[in-house]
Amino acid sequence: MLSADGLRHAFGRVVALDDVTFRLGPGQTLAIFGPNGAGKTTLLKVLAGVIRPQAGSAQVAGGRRAIGWIGHHSHLYDQLTVRENLVFWGSLYGLARARRGARVVAVLERLGIADRADQLVASLSRGLAQRVAIARALIHDPPVLLLDEPFTGLDLAATRELRGLLAELRGAGRVLVLATHNVDEGVELATDVAFQRRGRFVHFAPRGAAGPAAIAAAYQRAVADA
Amino acid sequence: MRELVTQAWIVARKDLVLEFRTRTALFSAVVFTALVLVVFNFGRDPTAVATIDLAPSILWVTFTFAAMLTLNRAFQLELENQALEGLLVAPLSRASLYWGKLLANLVFVAVVEAVGLPLFVLFFNVPVAHVLGPLVGVIALATVGFVAVGTLFSALLIRLRFAELMLPVLLLPFLIPPLVAAVQVTAHLLGGRPLSEVAGWLRLLAAYDVTFVSLATVLFRYTVDE
Repeated sequence: MLSADGLRHAFGRVVALDDVTFRLGPGQTLAIFGPNGAGKTTLLKVLAGVIRPQAGSAQVAGGRRAIGWIGHHSHLYDQLTVRENLVFWGSLYGLARARRGARVVAVLERLGIADRADQLVASLSRGLAQRVAIARALIHDPPVLLLDEPFTGLDLAATRELRGLLAELRGAGRVLVLATHNVDEGVELATDVAFQRRGRFVHFAPRGAAGPAAIAAAYQRAVADA
Repeated sequence: MRELVTQAWIVARKDLVLEFRTRTALFSAVVFTALVLVVFNFGRDPTAVATIDLAPSILWVTFTFAAMLTLNRAFQLELENQALEGLLVAPLSRASLYWGKLLANLVFVAVVEAVGLPLFVLFFNVPVAHVLGPLVGVIALATVGFVAVGTLFSALLIRLRFAELMLPVLLLPFLIPPLVAAVQVTAHLLGGRPLSEVAGWLRLLAAYDVTFVSLATVLFRYTVDE
């Protein structure tokens, strides 16, 4: 469903990806942990087709239409309403008018913001805007979700809610790739864990039964040893 | 081709809704147009040079500088809303994105020109009724060319500081050919001379449009891809 094979990429002399290889199937969630500048965002952008790697290849079954992207920013237009934003992004992902309308209603109800549909995004709180951003990423019902630091800026309640939603999506057979520098975030969602440092996966294995503390200890060791 | 046009329209429609809702750039450009025409009106000696001799140059200098105020707007919208990354991840061809921005910019500039032309007639008392059709045609022909180049350069510069200052510096040399042609054709039209005398200039305008719309469509991806 999603594969990376020997990915290499550098920005000048800074190596962002160094021989990154992995494969994920339905229901798998890969959590990529790494310090700032490790190359996590570059990897996600390569998987999304935004950056063409200098070597190796990445493939997502279904291409870019199959990808939902949650990045650092919401990618929402402040002066459009919640509904107008979702209709715009749904149109770009090729949803026909009838299905688009139904999807807008469905994702807004799932995220508990149906009553905000006709409000301008500029008038929403940070937490509500993040929910709309998630709705935007899910509007075309993508089988693959790429998440770049999705918990940044969220309060505890919103973080817990996002974790619950992602667990539900994983349970529905979607592939999730989650990049973060915070080990506490997302460990419980992960079926597989990778530690990235200077572009290279210094660890990549199924999580098994390891909890956040064990993963954090392994991460510290792996990043220190590499 | 159909998908390219459909996606371009989705992008353009969104930009137009945003701009007509906020009227940030359009309002500034329209006011700027009126002020420039007022300045030209008072800053000339009608006894030294006949109005009809100066009018074509005044019209095109005004349109050119007013258009520059609006050209940055299409990409500024994406930066302000931090949405460019989302557009690049979406299954939207770079050509569609460029054409969408081009279309939106053409409408913005056309609105400014639609306000500017009657003001020009009012301030300079130049009769245009008898040549209105051909004059609008020449304005459209020249506008397509310089908006095509301007849209490409605004995408190139948008991530830079002082983009609004850099745009005229880079753009103006490229605008000299269509500007010269447009002034020549307009002078002939206002002077009541036949269009056949300026067929060469009209061909130059058409060739400029075809060349730069095609070139910009191909080169655009290099301005937005990482």
